[in-house]
Amino acid sequence: MEIKIKRSHCEELQEYNVDLENVTLLTLLNHIKTKIDPTLTYSHGCRSGICGSCAVRVNGREQLMCEYKPSDGDTVEPIRYATVIRDLVVDSSRVEKFNRTGLAWSETSREENISEEEMERIQTQSDCILCTSCASACPVYAVNPYFIGPFALTRVWRYVNDPREISSDAKIAAVQTNGIWDCTLCGECVPVCPQNIAPAQDIRMLRSKSGMMGYNDPTMNFGGGLDFGAPIF
Amino acid sequence: MAKVLIIGSGGAGLVSALSAHEAGAEVIVVSKTLPTRSQTSMAQGGMNAVLGDDDSIKAHIADTFASSVGLGDEARIAFMCENAPDAVRWCNTMGLPFSRDASGEIARRRLGGASAARACYAQDYTGLKLLHTLYDQCLKAGIVFKNERFLLNIIVDEESNGALGATFLNIATGEVEEVRADAVIVATGGYAALYGKYSTNAVGSSGDGIAAAMRAGARLADLEFVQFHPTALKNSSILISESARGAGGHLLNGNKERFTNELAPRDVVARAIHDEIASSGAVYLDIRHLGEEFINHELPQERKLAQIYEGIDPVHELIPINPSAHYSMGGIEVDEMCMSSVKGLFAVGECANHKTHGANRLGGNSLLELVVFGRHCGKNVTGYANKNSAPLIENSQLVKDSDFIREVMVFTNEIDFYQKQEILANVFYNNVGLVREDMGLKAVLEEIQQMQKELPLMGPRDKSKICNTNLVEFIEFGNKIELAEIIVTCAISRVESRGAHYRIDAPTRNDQTFGAHTITWREDGVLCTDFIV
Repeated sequence: MEIKIKRSHCEELQEYNVDLENVTLLTLLNHIKTKIDPTLTYSHGCRSGICGSCAVRVNGREQLMCEYKPSDGDTVEPIRYATVIRDLVVDSSRVEKFNRTGLAWSETSREENISEEEMERIQTQSDCILCTSCASACPVYAVNPYFIGPFALTRVWRYVNDPREISSDAKIAAVQTNGIWDCTLCGECVPVCPQNIAPAQDIRMLRSKSGMMGYNDPTMNFGGGLDFGAPIF
Repeated sequence: MAKVLIIGSGGAGLVSALSAHEAGAEVIVVSKTLPTRSQTSMAQGGMNAVLGDDDSIKAHIADTFASSVGLGDEARIAFMCENAPDAVRWCNTMGLPFSRDASGEIARRRLGGASAARACYAQDYTGLKLLHTLYDQCLKAGIVFKNERFLLNIIVDEESNGALGATFLNIATGEVEEVRADAVIVATGGYAALYGKYSTNAVGSSGDGIAAAMRAGARLADLEFVQFHPTALKNSSILISESARGAGGHLLNGNKERFTNELAPRDVVARAIHDEIASSGAVYLDIRHLGEEFINHELPQERKLAQIYEGIDPVHELIPINPSAHYSMGGIEVDEMCMSSVKGLFAVGECANHKTHGANRLGGNSLLELVVFGRHCGKNVTGYANKNSAPLIENSQLVKDSDFIREVMVFTNEIDFYQKQEILANVFYNNVGLVREDMGLKAVLEEIQQMQKELPLMGPRDKSKICNTNLVEFIEFGNKIELAEIIVTCAISRVESRGAHYRIDAPTRNDQTFGAHTITWREDGVLCTDFIV
C-alpha cells in the first residue's frame, strides 16, 4: 500500500510503501516509524478512539488514525487551524484556551436525584474526546482565529443543559462574542466527529437559549435600515 | 504561598491538583500530554461506592481485602471505602454525568469480586467522563498546566533527602527545563505498557514516574503484581470492560461452552481463560443475549471497539478475547499521608502503592482510589509544603540531565531499540505474565540485563531537536527496562502464588515467608529486595 504524508520539513508529500493490509492508519504509521523512518512524527495514545490524540486529515477529511482503515494512495496531513509543531503533531493549546473562554465547566450544581431521561440530555455532548477534529473542519477559523468554536461550544451547551446546574448566566454571556453568532451553521463539524456529536446543533440550542435570555444576534443588526421602532438613545 | 508541583495529569494528578489548590497551594501540573489524553480516559467500568441500603461499607471493605490476598492494608482499605460515597458525590457535584437508575439515584453495576452492585458508572465511559469533568474544574480553578513535558528526574537535595522539584524535556522545543517546588506529587500512572501489544494500556504507560522516583531514592513496593484483564480483544488487546460480564455476559470456550464463574476476581478469571485457551484453543465473550438495545445503551463503546478492531458485531457474534496486562498494583511505596521514602515526594494513583489493592485489584477500585487518595494527597502535600518550604539551593540535576540528553543523541545506533522493545514485550508476556516459573524468570532477567548494557549501542536515530518522539520513546524504553529488572527480580524472590503472581513451581500461598510486601530500593546503584510487613 502506498501512502502519502505531509511532512513539516518539505513542501512535497513523502511517500511510503508499506506491505500491510486491513490495519488502522495508526498501525501503519507505527510500522513506518519503528521499521522504516523513525523521524516521522505524530501523536497517539490509547489506540482505541478515546484519548483524542491522533486526529489527522486524510484526503481532506478529519479522521482518528486509530479508527481509520487506509486505502492505497491516501494522503495524510495535520489537522488545520493549529500551529504545526512537527509533521502531524499540532499545538493543542486551543483546547485550554477556548474551553477557558467559554467557561466550559460546572459552576454550581445541586445534589439531588435526576431521572435517567434528564441525564441523557447531556450524554452525547459529554462523550467528547477533545480530538479537535471539529475545529479543523470549521471554516470560521479561516477568518476568525478567536472563534470559541465547535468543541468548546458543545461543552458549554453540555453544562448549560445539565439538569444539575443551577445557573448558566455567566456561560451564556461568555459565548456571545466570538461565539455562537460567529458560527455559520454550515455543519462541517458534524460528520467529522468520531463520537457522533453535532456541535452545530448544540450551537443552535445555545442561540435559542440566548434569545430566551434577551440576547440578540448581532449579525442581524443592519445599521438601522430595518428599525421597527426601537427607541433611540 | 506553598508551591506544589504535580507530575502527570490523569485522574490522580487532576484530583490532587484541585485538592491542593483548595487547600491554598500554588499548583503547577506538568505532564507529557494534554491532560484529557491520559490513561484514565480508558477506564470504563465504574467507581465503587456504597450508596444504598442494599449494600454496606463493611462488605466493600471485606471484598477489597479478600481480593488483595493478604497484601492489602485493612486500615487504608477502610479509609478508601468509607470515603467512597463522599468521593462519588463530590464527582457528581462537579458535573460527572453518572448514569441513573429508575429512582434517579446514581446507577450501580456489579463487577467481579463484588458482593453487591456498587460500581457507579457513566455508560462505559466512566474514566473519560471523570477525566474531562476534572479537567474542566481545573480550568475553572485557574490551575497552571505545562503540557508536552517529559519527566527526566526528580531533583533531590542530597543533604536533606528532600525533593526540590523535577527536570523535564520540553518535547516541542527539545530543551531541558527544571521546575522547583516545595513539594512534588508523582501521578504518572502505571507500567503495564511494557507488555507492548499484550497490554490494554495506552503507549504512554511506561512507568516514567516510578522509575524516576526509584532513581531519586524512593522505595518501591510489590512490583511483581501486574493485573491481567480477563477480556481484551484477541488481536489488538483493546479492553472490553468487566461491565460486559457484570451485565450478564458469558465466557465460552472453543466448544462454545461456559467454563468458569465470570464474576470471580480478575486474577482467577484471567487464569481460567489462560488455561482454557491452552486446552480448547480459544475463548469468547458472549453478550448476544443482552440484546441490541441494552448493548447500545450501556455498552456503546464496547460495540464500536469490537467492530473496528475485531471486525465483529457483538450484538450478533461472539467476541474473541485474550487476557492482557492491564494495571500495575505495584508502585512507589507511600505512607498513609501518600508520601514516599523521599521527603516531600508524594505519589498517588496507579504509580503509587497505597496498599489498597494488594495482590489483585477489584474492578471499580482504581477510579475510586485515585479520587479518595488524590483528595487526601492534595491536602497533605499542601500541609507539608506550608511547613517545609524548599530552599532555592544549587543543584546539579538540570546540568546532568541536559548533558544526558546531549549524550543520548550521539548513542551509536548499532542496535534498534524498537526491536528490543518488542522482544521485551514478548518475553514478558510469555514468562512474566499470568503463569510464571523460576527458570523462565531468570532467563528474562538475563535478557533485560543484557539490554541495559546495550543501551549505549541503541539510541534515537532521529536527530531533530524539535518534537523528537523517537527520543522520547527511547527514554520511555529506558524506564521500561529499568522497571522490568525490578519486576522480574521481585517475581523471582516471591517463591509462592498469590493473586496476580502465579508461580507454577510454587502454586500455593505461603504466608509464613511471603505474607509481606516486596520492597525494593537502590543502594549505591545495587538493586536491593526485602519482604517487609
